[in-house]
Amino acid sequence: MKYLSEYRDERIALTLAAEIVRQTTRSWVLMEICGGQTHTIMRYGLDELLPPGLELVHGPGCPVCVTPLETIDAAIELALRPEVILVSYGDMLRVPGSRSDLFRAKAEGAEVRVVYSPMEALKIARENSTRKVVFLAIGFETTAPANAMAAWQAKQQSLTNFSLLVSHALVPPAIRGLLTSPANRVQAFVAPGHVCTVMGCGEYEVLVRDFNVPIVVGGFEPIDLLQAVLMLVKQLETGEARLENQYVRSVSNRGNLAAQKIMSAVFEVADQKWRGIGLIPQSGLRLREEFAAYDATRIFNLSDISVEEPAGCISAQVLLGLKKPTDCPAFGMQCTPENPLGAPMVSSEGACAAYYRYRRHAVAS
Amino acid sequence: MCLAIPGKILDCQQVNGMRLGRVQFGGIVRSVSLDFVPEAVTGDYVMVHVGFAISRVAAEEADRTYKLLAEMGAIEEELVAENAPSGNRALD
Amino acid sequence: MAQRASTIAELSCPVPLRAKNTVLLGHGSGGKLSAELIRDVFLPALDNSILSRLDDQAIVRVNNQRLAFTTDSFVVKPLFFPGGDIGSLAVHGTINDLAMGGATPLFLSAAFIIEEGFSIDQLRRIAISMQQAASAASVQIVTGDTKVVEKGKGDGLFINTTGIGVVADDVELSADRARAGDKVLLSGSIGEHGIAILAQREGIEFETTIESDSAALHTLVKDMLHAASGIRCMRDPTRGGLSSTLNEIAAQSRVAMELEERAIPVREEVASACELLGLDPMYVANEGKLIAIVDSTNADAVLKAMQQHPLGGQAQIIGTVKASSAPLVTMRTSLGTTRIVDMLSGDQLPRIC
Repeated sequence: MKYLSEYRDERIALTLAAEIVRQTTRSWVLMEICGGQTHTIMRYGLDELLPPGLELVHGPGCPVCVTPLETIDAAIELALRPEVILVSYGDMLRVPGSRSDLFRAKAEGAEVRVVYSPMEALKIARENSTRKVVFLAIGFETTAPANAMAAWQAKQQSLTNFSLLVSHALVPPAIRGLLTSPANRVQAFVAPGHVCTVMGCGEYEVLVRDFNVPIVVGGFEPIDLLQAVLMLVKQLETGEARLENQYVRSVSNRGNLAAQKIMSAVFEVADQKWRGIGLIPQSGLRLREEFAAYDATRIFNLSDISVEEPAGCISAQVLLGLKKPTDCPAFGMQCTPENPLGAPMVSSEGACAAYYRYRRHAVAS
Repeated sequence: MCLAIPGKILDCQQVNGMRLGRVQFGGIVRSVSLDFVPEAVTGDYVMVHVGFAISRVAAEEADRTYKLLAEMGAIEEELVAENAPSGNRALD
Repeated sequence: MAQRASTIAELSCPVPLRAKNTVLLGHGSGGKLSAELIRDVFLPALDNSILSRLDDQAIVRVNNQRLAFTTDSFVVKPLFFPGGDIGSLAVHGTINDLAMGGATPLFLSAAFIIEEGFSIDQLRRIAISMQQAASAASVQIVTGDTKVVEKGKGDGLFINTTGIGVVADDVELSADRARAGDKVLLSGSIGEHGIAILAQREGIEFETTIESDSAALHTLVKDMLHAASGIRCMRDPTRGGLSSTLNEIAAQSRVAMELEERAIPVREEVASACELLGLDPMYVANEGKLIAIVDSTNADAVLKAMQQHPLGGQAQIIGTVKASSAPLVTMRTSLGTTRIVDMLSGDQLPRIC
């Protein structure tokens, strides 16, 4: 596949890796922010190619992992109502809520359908006019324009049986929170290439300026990530702190204006709870007042759900790169992909699942 | 976090006020919304996430930077063989 | 079953899940959950030495003739898909279970559990399809049963089959026979059936139709057995895909396996569909492929025989069995690094992330 397969070229990947080894003279701690990037690193064993001094920690860019418990519980509650068809991206089905998950709800008789695109959710609403279709609209900025379009189209088409249960998170406030934490060890970041495709690079320029850390906007294939790491290492070794764009084939400085336009027409910035981490102010999106008729939290009488996270939750520390999955006492023992205790073990992008699936033998040996 | 795949636009149409395209991904073709890439035309490559094109692949830029990488790979091939990472590094 | 998490673990993670006491869909997907259900519920209750081998078929001796005996149930949705239907799938699947034990399949039974209101036209189509599949494979469907359940209790149609075949005395195929040094052979490209079904069921439209690879493998097996000795085991990687099957064999033989990613054939359309949906072809079901573990001296001869058969044209040696205290399947990636090929937990679902 063009613009995909060639970024998995072995020779170029090994060349980049060798160059990283040559350029690295000291220990550095790098974070790849996006769960999709974590997945690639684990799936291709890229960390095996890096010099021992380079530590990669995995960031909070896994929307599945950070969707608040309240949202999942609300989705399950709605799904169990006989008049509701709950429509969701596949990633969310196995994420544990307080007591259950959508997969289990399905086993109990809830109608839960998986879609690849939010447009399919609209189609389900049109084809099932006697039922209430609720679309679990999650994601970061990458998915927000598409989810926004679903709300927009629902309004255009005057659908009366469609609503969205929204839980959108914004990346930069989380990174800012991470960088302001006194426990932070991360010295440089690979920024999420598809988030930046939509939003542009401006917010990351601000982070570079405010915190004097190198940030490279990176893609998702092995060569993208190796090249991004090389660019970061070069900056670190010479004491620079700039924003660079590795993912030039998809990311521009301004981002995608048409996508940003629909996002602001449909959503507004709001405080957002991040699972395991807590409330981060102005770090999420909610539907604007004009779309109240499509907001599941306003249409349905949902139980007042408020869930407290146990103190000292290690999921948060893993998500923020402060701990590795292998530091968790439950990792690989009580907590495995088929018996997940927390979200990072469920999502294939979650650091814990990625570790478990691809690198467990390192733990065993 | 965001799975987006590059595909080639085979054709575009307006359907119910939305701009749709038939996009080819390797061996398959799928209908994709082109509403966020008004500048993209037939023959262009786009990055597609959840059925929506979110960017037009900057082909010239991509080809140019890739060529540099490939050349680096060719020149360095000997050096890579000499300095290949040992693979013995302590795994975390 | 599973104990509640210990105190430390409860404090460690947002919300510990309660122990499962109901069956989940994931229990049927052929991965770890299915294995758990068999291990924790069925084996203890039904325990006997033949069952506990957990092969795809049981080999029994009756009046000095070795017979292979198997049963299978087919609950696929959609009932009709590119490349077949629940009927042809049932016939091929049952034949393959027998063939994996080295049996020549002879007779099948077919029992139908039909939901009230099901279309008789569709039923007829399925019955004809079964007859055609059986006839092409030279097996006969000789007995059956029909039950109708109330509307709402059935999901359209379920088919349960049994199959009987004969096994030669010198054929000894079993998942616990893999040894260090053996080669892992794969008969062709992976992922077609699962993607065909998923695309149809989820209404994911691809303009290029991806067809299921559903096929009867017994003549391929026959050619392989004829070509050389030293075949330890054969399995068809159905639910859970290639990775689940290899993990099962590794566990039963108590060995490790090292695979070579570049050797595993995947058709372009399947690879593209997997990229789009975020699926890994290693976990996608196949219905017309087999894995054979063959000792190293005979591997090439068996491979050659496979490649000369219409269903084995793309056959490859994809890996090697290694001695190990911990059964693990690993794979050398296209970059020369190593990743684990783990067993699937439940169903693989399309992801956006």
